[in-house]
Amino acid sequence: MINYIWFFMILAGVITAASKGDIQLVTEGVLKGSEQAVVVAAGLIGIISFWSGVMKIAQDAGLMQVLARLLGPLARRLYPEVPPDHPAMGALLAAMSANILGLGSACTPLGLKAMGHLQELNRHKETASDAMCTFMALTSSSLTVLPSTIIALRLSHGARAPADIIGPIVLATLCSTVVTVILDASLRSLTRRRARL
Amino acid sequence: MIAAVQALSRWAIPLLLLGITAWGLSRGVPIYERFVEGAKEGWQTALRVLPYLVGMLVAIQVFQHSGALDQLIRVLTPFTSRLGFPPEALPMALIRPISGSGSLALLSQIFATYGADSFIGRLAATMMGSTETSLYVLTVYAGSVGLKRTRHTLATALLADAAAVILSFYIVLHFSV
Repeated sequence: MINYIWFFMILAGVITAASKGDIQLVTEGVLKGSEQAVVVAAGLIGIISFWSGVMKIAQDAGLMQVLARLLGPLARRLYPEVPPDHPAMGALLAAMSANILGLGSACTPLGLKAMGHLQELNRHKETASDAMCTFMALTSSSLTVLPSTIIALRLSHGARAPADIIGPIVLATLCSTVVTVILDASLRSLTRRRARL
Repeated sequence: MIAAVQALSRWAIPLLLLGITAWGLSRGVPIYERFVEGAKEGWQTALRVLPYLVGMLVAIQVFQHSGALDQLIRVLTPFTSRLGFPPEALPMALIRPISGSGSLALLSQIFATYGADSFIGRLAATMMGSTETSLYVLTVYAGSVGLKRTRHTLATALLADAAAVILSFYIVLHFSV
């Protein structure tokens, strides 16, 4: 599916630029995109290092077990094949907490940490495991209860009650997360057999 | 309320950092040494992600910069309008999954044009808050461990994004601020 979406974006871009008589736009897009990728990856180096370091302290101090006890029951249901005492479980919970609290810069580093631990449990290293699929789908659907960026933006645009958007956002994000869990669980078995081949 | 939310989001990371280091120290963990040990991974992870990011961002930029995205919005507008979805909010629905910075800029623009308290403003804000930049998440997360096949995850994420747009519409319609 990713191959088709990728090709669709390139094809649509070339056709649109050509029909505008400005094919240069495609080349500009290529340059912009590659430059942006380096900027994003470079920006990640420091902050991933930072949170990996903090997570190492938290692991060695036994904080992950505390977190696992607090959020464990829910996580064990979402990720049944991850052993509760495996570091992957702690990392998954840390990433989920960062997402829920809207901790911006911490979300991606903690999410990647969890992916790393899930890869240790994954038998086919180039194919996503069930737990990875669930985790990526949940992350991409987001579960924020504190949309601070949006509230700040509303404040700066003179909204009467900037924080009142929390209600609709939390309701929408909860519903869409439930949809994500259902979709993931029902589509999972369709791709499982193919993944094993 | 708003002061409390802002204080919480400003204090969360400083408090976490202080809390984790203090807890570690009290447990006798050599915190600085462990930190450095853990932090070594950052470089490798970022490098592993780079090829995936280049692939995805180049395609997204070609798609956006050429005007193909605007074209797609123009083509879809009559259909979504017939379903009652406001055309002013449609760009948000399409840009949100592919670009985080793009959708934030768009939200700011929508606030400036229609007002943060308008129906369009609240709808765009709810759409922004209820989903993530799905393509970015999948690209970076899969890339960080070198996955080649993400199975049904892209389909799940995009369908969930579509569901979030529809849910946001109905929720904002029935939610009076």
